Amino acid sequence: MQYESPDTLEAAAKLLASATDARILAGGTDLLVQMRAEVLSPSLVIDIKKVTETRTIKEENGGFRIGAAVTGAELKEHPKLRSVWPGLVEAANLIGSTQVQGRCTMGGNLCNGSPAADSVPALIAAGAVATVVGPNGRRDIKVEDVMLAPRKLALTKGEIIASFFLPARGAHASDAYLRFIPRTEMDIAVVGCAVSLALDASGTCTAARMSLGAVAARPLLVADAAKALIGSKIDDAALTKLEAAARAACTPIDDKRGTKEFRIDVAGVLAKRTALIALERARKK
Amino acid sequence: MAKHHVSATVNNDPVEFLCETDQTLLDCLRDELNLTGAKEGCSSGDCGACSVTINGRLVCSCLVLGVEANGMKIETIEGMAQGDKLHPLQQKFLEHAALQCGICTPGVLIAAKALLAKNPNPTETETRYWLAGNLCRCTGYDKIIRAVMDAASEMRKGA
Repeated sequence: MQYESPDTLEAAAKLLASATDARILAGGTDLLVQMRAEVLSPSLVIDIKKVTETRTIKEENGGFRIGAAVTGAELKEHPKLRSVWPGLVEAANLIGSTQVQGRCTMGGNLCNGSPAADSVPALIAAGAVATVVGPNGRRDIKVEDVMLAPRKLALTKGEIIASFFLPARGAHASDAYLRFIPRTEMDIAVVGCAVSLALDASGTCTAARMSLGAVAARPLLVADAAKALIGSKIDDAALTKLEAAARAACTPIDDKRGTKEFRIDVAGVLAKRTALIALERARKK
Repeated sequence: MAKHHVSATVNNDPVEFLCETDQTLLDCLRDELNLTGAKEGCSSGDCGACSVTINGRLVCSCLVLGVEANGMKIETIEGMAQGDKLHPLQQKFLEHAALQCGICTPGVLIAAKALLAKNPNPTETETRYWLAGNLCRCTGYDKIIRAVMDAASEMRKGA
């Protein structure tokens, strides 16, 4: 097994395109586990952490650009990011232990291709766009379009996620993420739910996005959630519609973490609770 | 395939070693540098027995490739005591009998030290969440938490 740590994403993309079974190394918290379990035996590991773009959080056009290899701990230590996108940061911080937080990344969480990834619904709700670098240059892709099915991504050969762009926020806007797990810590979501919303000065919802994780083959953007909330004061009637929209979007599997029926039910409960947290935060902005 | 030549700083000493790509930092510490304080428990980042800090950041050394350590500043349990003088956390672990078989102890101590460096006055809840990635199969958690809280209190007095 070879190891390369190029200084540019262009060089990394070239390496990735040239090998048949190369893997990108960001935080390694999934890759090294899969290598150890012999699920993966790559001939080449390409470490992208020498590339500044992947390791930096910066403000851009009123929003944020977050490198794909920024760690969960680094997200938490960025006060402005936490203030503007508290739901995204709390979602990323739910992954693993303190030790795992020191290494795990949102780029890896997305590219690992798990429907239960915690940071992915939060990125989708935030309207995040991934910037991808490949052998043919750069392109932008909405985060909800990246994952197609478990372990299957809409990236072509040699393409690497470089960073995520989070759009500018107006006043009275915030987000939240909740997941259901049977324990209090260190577990994988049975259902995950992220809501991002904005209010006008009168408290009427002007924008809303909701994403659910672990209830389908990939994290879902629930389009009907926006219909339920926008134009309302996020009152009980709107929340009831939101709950119904969440449940209607679910196409879960039965597994050891939860049954279909349980996941569908919990998705509705979490949708309401998550929306109420985002609402409370948005009102304080 | 040639081995990687890695230069790093371990417990403030410059070190050099050769490793294969598939050797983890934990393998390199134990097998190449003979620093066997960090333990191999699960090798999947679940148990925390291999905890070290890299450039001050707490990580599982089983989830880091040895070659990634090039140019990094690593701290392990071997660097915790200053000669014969135990770190306050180590002293409090003895006083509170906060260990039974001891396999998890180096990782717990490194993790607790990283917590107190960041937050000298953690609540018990913060301490329990911070240490949630350090498993103790003897299940002596309560004494571990008491020892960390006591050490934190003593270190604040000394600061």
